Amino acid sequence: MKTTGMDPNQNQTIIRLRGVTKVYGRGSAAMHALKGIDMDIRQGEFVAVMGPSGSGKSTVMNILGCLDTPTRGQYFFYGMDVGKLTRDQRALLRRHYLGFVFQGFNLLNRTSALENVELPLIYRGTPVAKRRKLAVEALAAVGLSAWESHTPGELSGGQQQRVAIARAIVAHPRVLLADEPTGNLDSSRSREIMELISAFNRELGLTIIMVTHETSMAAYAGRRIHFMDGLIDNGGEQKGAL
Amino acid sequence: MLWETFLLAQREIRRNVLRSSLTILGIVIGVAAVITMVTLGSGATAKVTADISNLGSNMLMLRPGQGFHGPGGARSSAPMFKTDDAEAIARDISGLAAVAPLSSKMTQTIYGSRNWSTSVIGTTDDFVKVRNWPLESGRLFTEGEMRAGKTVCVLGATVKKELFGGQDPLGISIRLRKLSCQVIGVLQPKGQTSFGTDQDDLVLIPMRAFQRRIAGNTDVKTIYVSAEDGISTEKVKKAIETLMRERRHIPIGDESNFHVRDMKEIMDTLTNSTRVLTALLAAIAAVSLLVGGIGIMNIMLVSVTERTREIGIRLAIGAREREVLMQFLVEAVVLSSFGGLAGIALGLAAAAAGAQALNVPFIFNIKIVLIAFLFSAAVGVIFGYFPARKAARLDPIEALRHE
Repeated sequence: MKTTGMDPNQNQTIIRLRGVTKVYGRGSAAMHALKGIDMDIRQGEFVAVMGPSGSGKSTVMNILGCLDTPTRGQYFFYGMDVGKLTRDQRALLRRHYLGFVFQGFNLLNRTSALENVELPLIYRGTPVAKRRKLAVEALAAVGLSAWESHTPGELSGGQQQRVAIARAIVAHPRVLLADEPTGNLDSSRSREIMELISAFNRELGLTIIMVTHETSMAAYAGRRIHFMDGLIDNGGEQKGAL
Repeated sequence: MLWETFLLAQREIRRNVLRSSLTILGIVIGVAAVITMVTLGSGATAKVTADISNLGSNMLMLRPGQGFHGPGGARSSAPMFKTDDAEAIARDISGLAAVAPLSSKMTQTIYGSRNWSTSVIGTTDDFVKVRNWPLESGRLFTEGEMRAGKTVCVLGATVKKELFGGQDPLGISIRLRKLSCQVIGVLQPKGQTSFGTDQDDLVLIPMRAFQRRIAGNTDVKTIYVSAEDGISTEKVKKAIETLMRERRHIPIGDESNFHVRDMKEIMDTLTNSTRVLTALLAAIAAVSLLVGGIGIMNIMLVSVTERTREIGIRLAIGAREREVLMQFLVEAVVLSSFGGLAGIALGLAAAAAGAQALNVPFIFNIKIVLIAFLFSAAVGVIFGYFPARKAARLDPIEALRHE
């Protein structure tokens, strides 16, 4: 675990899952995606969530991102019981504290890179001029200054994922959630994306939780949590780089 | 915030040109079709009404036989009127402005090397009073000319044009088949009736001249009567019927062998039939409105998959349900109103062009415009909004996964 020792909040636990389960379907068709998860994430950590497909790693990610709700158990975000929040309050939590990067990029079609990056700021009510400035800066931070007016259709996969990262960080979230961010990219593009993400962690102290099934990607993270059949594989939890 | 949403919506609309224009197209077609058809329909109705009041709404027509209702045989066996019938009506019935006996025959008219087949009408100068038809130049028949049956004639505008072109016909003699006849006047043009007959295609000559020199009998085919203003045509009609039954010695209880037709009746009949026509057009228009609506609905529903993902993205980055819905609602309203306004413009333009082509007045009906607009707009808004509402209520992750 990496510490700077400078930030008094560095070791604060900001995310706490207790006994979280998720069941899809009902009765005999019920599928237990998560079978009781406890998980703590501290401020400034870069955590890789690993495991084979179907192990529950994406489900836990969606719950952490307030995109989905647990069937049972509790999720505390900065001490707040997320389970007690309304739909709109969860939306506000996403708006102000979370940034997302998806495997499939999930950019708005026929919309310029700049406008895609501006989107979270629109919902934050940031004034137009400031919005533009922040978006330009965020695109510069991911190395896409020259591509502001290009639409996703005109960008390569790696460039689209950079736009998505710019969109995720533009509003300065507390936590960046990345679900297989390199899943659709070739290995050299993947490395570039990982360098970018880990730089945000290193330089800005941004807390990052990333789902991946590739060990080489997980190597960028400070900590790895392994999932197996809806449970955390305790024996697999390791600290430090491989 | 609303202005921001509006800007967002119109940006979104411009981004999806194909989808937006297809939606707009559906609304435009629906609205334009309704407006065009109903406007032309009410224009035709107005035209018919105007034509008939142009004939003189206080006019009555006497004809032998039993009119529209009797079979053709009854009319031919019924005795014709004579000139003294018209004179008796004029003399014995009060409240009449004019009484014009009328007989006509299709006759070849010849002037120089030109000839034209037209309806030669024997009548009196009361004819122009009954028909409310001023002269363009020259004069009408004098009392002496009518009594003596002099061969003088007044031309309708079409006949003048066909025989004389731009030349002044006054004082020149033309031939009606073998009869030489001096032109003393020209009627003002009246144009076509709504049924397409040319009212100006006629030549008037004194009744007596017509009977002696053209028909070779003393029959009068029709008598036109016009009541003075303020006099009930109903009453006049009754009085004429009584007088004519007396003159024709028809026993009480027997059916008349002539009929008196009130122009008001004719007007009512015709107005009724054009109203039916307008209703029919409106029904067709309603169908096109419906088809347009289904078009809008299809486009909106087809784009739901793409839009559901968009909604998922917006929800994931922190949009609240009501913010997403407001955007979609504004988008639907902007699209629908734009389409509606374009439809109104197109419909009115098409109706104006159609009115010109069909020679009917252009009548702007605000009610129809509003109904068409509101219907299409409602379809656009409902089918733009409700699928979006469904999507916005999904968990964000569901919406994102939507295939």
